[in-house]
Amino acid sequence: MNPLLSCRDLSRSFGALKAVDAVDLTVHAGTRHALIGPNGAGKSTLLKLLTGLLRPDSGTVHLGGQDITRLSEVKRSRLGLSQTMQQVSLFPSMTVAENVALAVRRHRGGTISALPARRGPRRHVDRQVDRLLTDAGLRNRDTLPVSALSHGEAKQVELALALACEPRLLLLDEPGAGMSPAESARLTELVLHLPAEITVLFIEHDLDLVFALATEVTVLHLGKVLLTGAPGDIRDDPRVQEAYLGTSRRADLFTTPPPTSGEPRVPTRP
Amino acid sequence: MSAPADIAAPAEGEPRKPPPVRVLVSVLAAVLLAAAPLFLAPYAISTLTRMLVFGLLAASLALLVGVSGLPSLGHAAYFGAGAYAAGWFAQNVSAQAPLSLLVAAFTGGFVAAATGWIAVRARGVFFLMLTLAIGEIVHQVADSWESVTGGSNGLYGIPATEVGGAAITNVGVLHWYVLAAFGGGFAVLWAVKASPFGAALRGIHDNEPRMRSIGYPTSLYKYAVFVVAGTVAGLAGGLLAAQQRLVTPADLGFTTAALALLAVIIGGARSLWGACLGAALVIFVRDSIGPSLDGHGPLLLGVVFILVVYLMPNGVAGIRIGRGKGGGKP
Amino acid sequence: MGSWFEANLVSVLNGGAIGCLLFILAIGLSLVFGMMNVLNLAHGAVFLAGAFIGWRIGGESPTWGTFALAVGAATLLGLLAGAVLSAMTEPLRNRSHLDQALLTLGIALVAAELLSMTFGNDVRATNAPPGLDGTVPVLGTDYPVYRLFLIAAGLLLAVTAWLVVSRTAAGAVIRATVADREMVSAIGIDDRKVKLAVFAVGSALAAVAGVLGGPVYGARPGLDSTVLILALVVVVIGGLGSVKGALIGALVIGQIESLGRALFAEAASFILFGALAVVLVLRPQGLFGRADMAGAPR
Repeated sequence: MNPLLSCRDLSRSFGALKAVDAVDLTVHAGTRHALIGPNGAGKSTLLKLLTGLLRPDSGTVHLGGQDITRLSEVKRSRLGLSQTMQQVSLFPSMTVAENVALAVRRHRGGTISALPARRGPRRHVDRQVDRLLTDAGLRNRDTLPVSALSHGEAKQVELALALACEPRLLLLDEPGAGMSPAESARLTELVLHLPAEITVLFIEHDLDLVFALATEVTVLHLGKVLLTGAPGDIRDDPRVQEAYLGTSRRADLFTTPPPTSGEPRVPTRP
Repeated sequence: MSAPADIAAPAEGEPRKPPPVRVLVSVLAAVLLAAAPLFLAPYAISTLTRMLVFGLLAASLALLVGVSGLPSLGHAAYFGAGAYAAGWFAQNVSAQAPLSLLVAAFTGGFVAAATGWIAVRARGVFFLMLTLAIGEIVHQVADSWESVTGGSNGLYGIPATEVGGAAITNVGVLHWYVLAAFGGGFAVLWAVKASPFGAALRGIHDNEPRMRSIGYPTSLYKYAVFVVAGTVAGLAGGLLAAQQRLVTPADLGFTTAALALLAVIIGGARSLWGACLGAALVIFVRDSIGPSLDGHGPLLLGVVFILVVYLMPNGVAGIRIGRGKGGGKP
Repeated sequence: MGSWFEANLVSVLNGGAIGCLLFILAIGLSLVFGMMNVLNLAHGAVFLAGAFIGWRIGGESPTWGTFALAVGAATLLGLLAGAVLSAMTEPLRNRSHLDQALLTLGIALVAAELLSMTFGNDVRATNAPPGLDGTVPVLGTDYPVYRLFLIAAGLLLAVTAWLVVSRTAAGAVIRATVADREMVSAIGIDDRKVKLAVFAVGSALAAVAGVLGGPVYGARPGLDSTVLILALVVVVIGGLGSVKGALIGALVIGQIESLGRALFAEAASFILFGALAVVLVLRPQGLFGRADMAGAPR
């Protein structure tokens, strides 16, 4: 397998805190790679280093063999690195279809014209938007403003928006957070049915979801990679259980509710 | 989960097929504006012409403030730059019909291009400060660069615009000239707003960090719209020079910028037509009760600003601090 | 170089005096802005009010008594104006910067008009108090003592402000508020009181700067926006909420204003803009600002 994404010796500190500490991470093409670890393990910081929102203090990031360490978020997106946000982050004055169309136009529609576009079902942009919304189960929601959606639906729009960027590597930051069991099952379906050309790297606290989706798991602890392996190996490794709960009793790890940051997140509202 | 009640911006759809009523109203407005010289008194005609000039300025500002979320306090700088350029060109080179307008639009765009980059890279309150400072500095340039601008006296005695050797001195003909240019400028603004580029601008207004993460170089987009708005403001300035045949530093001063902003706010910030109507109201009030205020117009303007801010609890331009469902992290 | 310096000594010293005046003005603006995230566009009007008070109380040739009285009155008026501004901006706490800017702008327009109705449209020049109204020879040039006094006053105030901000308990609250406003209110400090205090002190400084600036500028309509813009540029260049930034920014802009106008009269405004642009292109957060507070693209 060839690595799609590889980080070497990636580090980022905030003051005295080494949030990400000499992390090596390889994500192979076609895999569903989970990034897990207790709170404060550095998962979110690592994700921001991958998307370009933060710059590393040292180390490199390669995507498909190209060094993207110094590239901006915008350029990384153009190279096929796409993400969903942990907290819903959409365009509240627009409809669901308009949200997704923004990304489709940028990544499939060619240039962003400054002249009014002709609309109608024959336009390939509209066709692509339709397809994405149908896949995401939002077909009948397309003319609603996103501000009128439920939290679960909004997270589905997040996913459709990320997929509209035609990613090679899709980064999902806690896709299941705040979802009802039904919504979560729907999300699992969606991710499982993604085409194999799309590699997925995701952070998730809900370990049931992790083991349902992942083909490979990396455990972060205190900013360092504890281990990487197949889901089964991770489940049985005593170090993982210790990192999570400070205990080696396996039963505790997989029967207790997910840690606090996996609790439903209600977006902050004024 | 229910929809939050306080999402500031109305769910305004991307312009699809304009509803027939809107088309009808637009056509009617255009016909009335074109026919006005046939039945209005000269003074009323020139007031109407002034409204068009100022309306074009306000509409170009609405593209920045309401559509793109770039609340510029210095937009009069590009209007004034265009006015001076047109006046200077008509005095020193040629007063032939569209030439001075082209020079004005180019100059407005050029000055916006020269000053806009530092402004669009700034966020939030920094954008306000920088546009205010840029506007005031351009104003000072107009005031002190006497060899070109005539200093505090301004440029006066600008020759009337000529069409094929004949000077336009009739207010009605001048009105048609201004109306035609207004139509062109407004069409540019409308096209930009309705285009995919305009949709991207609305996306930047809604949630700039997310736009970057889906691959839009947002600073570049903001710069582009800043230059477009500056160009149209410059064109409006050229019309001002053609109508007044006098340009003074006050035309690019802060009061002009503030009046334009007021027009945009009255018009509902996101609407180009609304900005034009707002501008018409502002000009009407200024021209009709301004003289009786004995030069204390700014007092009234200040009171209006204070009232507007307090009376519009959702904010004057639907611009909220980065909060709410899709606001992203500030 | 030596002869250039001698030839332009007066301009350099003038630049220092203007810079010190700008510093007094900008420090209030910068702190209100850095701590409370409110852009106070009425700051220039408070300055102008101070200048008119100086003229009203001291007349054209003030004595030390009337000068001190004017400073005292300006301080009181500034404190009061700050309290009013703080109360008026309070309902807009969660509104956009544009709303806050328009409000303070409206207040500034009203205040400036009221001042011009009260004091007229003429330049109300005042002299420096006795003892400071003469000139002293500086390297063979006669130079007004008062401007040297301004430089001394500005530097004294800079040192005081720096000591207050870096060494006192109140300064610790100021620094903490600039760094993280929510955290300060979370530990039980009422940030409305902090805001009131900062607004009051900032406005008092602006009013006092007005009295001090009277003999240099002369109180006149329009002076408010002139000094406001200079103070804004100082704050942008220096960086938000930074005393050091305000001082360096003020001294730089003072020189640009003075030397620029002396050497390139017509192009001085271009130079001012050029300085602003150069600083912001190289350091979008200002010379001493923190990247996360300013407009730096992330």
